[in-house]
Amino acid sequence: MNHLPLIIKREYLTKVKNKSFIVMTILSPIIMIALVAVVAYLSQLNSDKVRKITVLDESLLVEDVFKNSEKIKYDILTDKSLDDAKLISIETESYGLLHISKLEDLNSLAQSVKFYSEDSPSLTVISDLEDLVENKLTNINLAKKGVDVSLIDSSKIRVDMIQESFDGEETSKIDSIVKLIFGGAAGYLLFMFIIIYGNMIMRSVIEEKTSRIIEVIISSVKPVQLMLGKIIGTSLAGITQFVIWIILGGLLMLIISSIFGIELGQIQSQQQEMMQQTMENPGITMKVQDIVVAFFNMPLANLIVAFVLFFVSGYLLFSSLYAAIGAAVDNETDTQQFLLPVLMPLILAVYIGIFTVIEDPHGTVSTVFSFIPFTSPVVMLMRIPFGVPLWQQLVSLLLLIGTFMGTVWFAAKIYRVGILMYGKKPSYKELIKWIKY
Amino acid sequence: MNNLLEVNQVSKSFGKFKALNQVSISVPKGSIFGLLGPNGAGKTTLIRIVNQITMPDSGSVHLDGELLQDKHIKDIGYLPEERGLYKSMKVGEQALYLAQLKGLSKSEAKARLKDWFERLEIGDWWNKKIQELSKGMAQKIQFVVTVLHQPKLLIFDEPFSGFDPINANVIKDEILRLRNDGATVIFSTHRMESVEELCDDIALIHKSNKILDGKLIDVKRKYKANTFEVGIKTEHNNILREELSQKFSISNASFKTLEDELKLNIKLNDNDMPNDLLNYLISKGEVSHFVELIPSVNDIFIQTVKNH
Repeated sequence: MNHLPLIIKREYLTKVKNKSFIVMTILSPIIMIALVAVVAYLSQLNSDKVRKITVLDESLLVEDVFKNSEKIKYDILTDKSLDDAKLISIETESYGLLHISKLEDLNSLAQSVKFYSEDSPSLTVISDLEDLVENKLTNINLAKKGVDVSLIDSSKIRVDMIQESFDGEETSKIDSIVKLIFGGAAGYLLFMFIIIYGNMIMRSVIEEKTSRIIEVIISSVKPVQLMLGKIIGTSLAGITQFVIWIILGGLLMLIISSIFGIELGQIQSQQQEMMQQTMENPGITMKVQDIVVAFFNMPLANLIVAFVLFFVSGYLLFSSLYAAIGAAVDNETDTQQFLLPVLMPLILAVYIGIFTVIEDPHGTVSTVFSFIPFTSPVVMLMRIPFGVPLWQQLVSLLLLIGTFMGTVWFAAKIYRVGILMYGKKPSYKELIKWIKY
Repeated sequence: MNNLLEVNQVSKSFGKFKALNQVSISVPKGSIFGLLGPNGAGKTTLIRIVNQITMPDSGSVHLDGELLQDKHIKDIGYLPEERGLYKSMKVGEQALYLAQLKGLSKSEAKARLKDWFERLEIGDWWNKKIQELSKGMAQKIQFVVTVLHQPKLLIFDEPFSGFDPINANVIKDEILRLRNDGATVIFSTHRMESVEELCDDIALIHKSNKILDGKLIDVKRKYKANTFEVGIKTEHNNILREELSQKFSISNASFKTLEDELKLNIKLNDNDMPNDLLNYLISKGEVSHFVELIPSVNDIFIQTVKNH
């Protein structure tokens, strides 16, 4: 008799009807959005603050570069001693005192530039000031050596390289950024999905053990069926939750951005700035149509098919292990020891994805780890937007499916024996023995 | 075919531990079969093998003449000793789910459940969650779920634990009713008085081996010691005791009476007839008590387990 649909239905319904599940489903996006709004608000608060900086330029060479901006007001002192300037700086509660001494030699003058402050100053303020002074002094030095500064400025040439693959496919830096975001999101989504719903499966197995219903159930159904039913039912509940999150989150975003439109726009521009900095490309400006173009430049069909396949097999691989862990122990506190070896490859995969795939999507490290079954789902999902040869995807997928069948078999063995074992926490050695029962 | 269940030379090991060693039992159709044994003897392993939860290493199990297979799941109802229900599920929902797992259609399960709930007077529990019920109440639900699909073979492991005497009686009557309706019952328990009361056949498992089985009456016959409990009133108790001790092996007996009599257990020799003893006693005084000592299941249990 095939009871799988019945089991899936029960698992799904009990998960979905569970009060804490419902609360989480509704509250999570609200909390997330609220958090983003708070962060946006706070960062705005921070950037609204005007800093006053006292400047004592005894050389009188640099003075004219300190122009008040929205965020920084300069208080330029003349004919004061350093000690007086310090006092004034403290009395006027300025952020700090920039002191440039009067020296003939520009190099030694540059060496003697000092910034006095009460607390350690922010890095951006320091580097901004350094840039200002450095530029000015460089220009003076150039002029001194008989070079026309305006000539240098006017003869600068910008290069924005157009990238093209040998097949004639044009790409740009925006493309790589979009690919990166897409791949990263896919990999990270899988990672989160495994952790959240893997745990849910584990808890549900433990619940059946502690409530002692398990023996009644497996006198009617095969343990493997029960395990698969649990995994599939819980996953469907997970997908339901994710879909609700996306819809609800999107709606909330829409509502909030229509109310506080500007603020959200600012977060986005800040994020863009950050991204541009990480890409070490200050010249790039992102436009919506560029992003859309970049999006469609990706191998979309491949991406979607690969996403579904790798996501499903990767998820099943790990969730069957979670189910086995749940069966092996009596309560949740005992799970830590067994969870660690399961989580390690997952975390490793995410780090490899973040650090090596970005750097070199087709490098040795990324390639190798996109073949190893326990890391391949995450790493491969991150690589695919950059275009991975079909044979690599297929080999990786076959390896993954093979391993996944192995772990399901292994998990089913552990599960079959474990669900009827109460009492002490088993050791790894005992788990191996169970396989032979 | 008179036996519903035939277990043949079944062995099962867990690693180095041998849980069952060449155990065979036959459960006659329509009987109540007591599966006895000390803790850890292997009863639960045997029951799990019959339920196809565990596979035997060797040996075979036949149900109703057929080798045990998947389709027999619906022919067996099993109430395990370690039992429970989903805590957060409603009683009705849960009972329906478990019944459907045993192959009943939803509507059929619902009709039968209503019927049972009414008879056990638990109809108003349908929408309650298990965590709101007491242990005994939950046990009642488990019992109903076990028998709902009208299996040929019912296996109860300690069915009365957790019940108060009134409800235990209700369950006992239900078990007898099911037997009268044609079901065969395997009954595993440490409560010897209920074995005494209910079982037609017994098997005793000890340290993974079956050490005793048969009809309860036959077993008792085999274990009776030809001993009689006697109460007699004479003027010279000591003289009679002296005389008796020369003919038989005697010991003091203790039972409650209204008078101050001589109370003895008298074991007859192989050739002696009980009537001869009675006639002899009557000639000596007023006999107030004369009963053959039939070994209780409890005595048999303790005696056989000790001897092994």
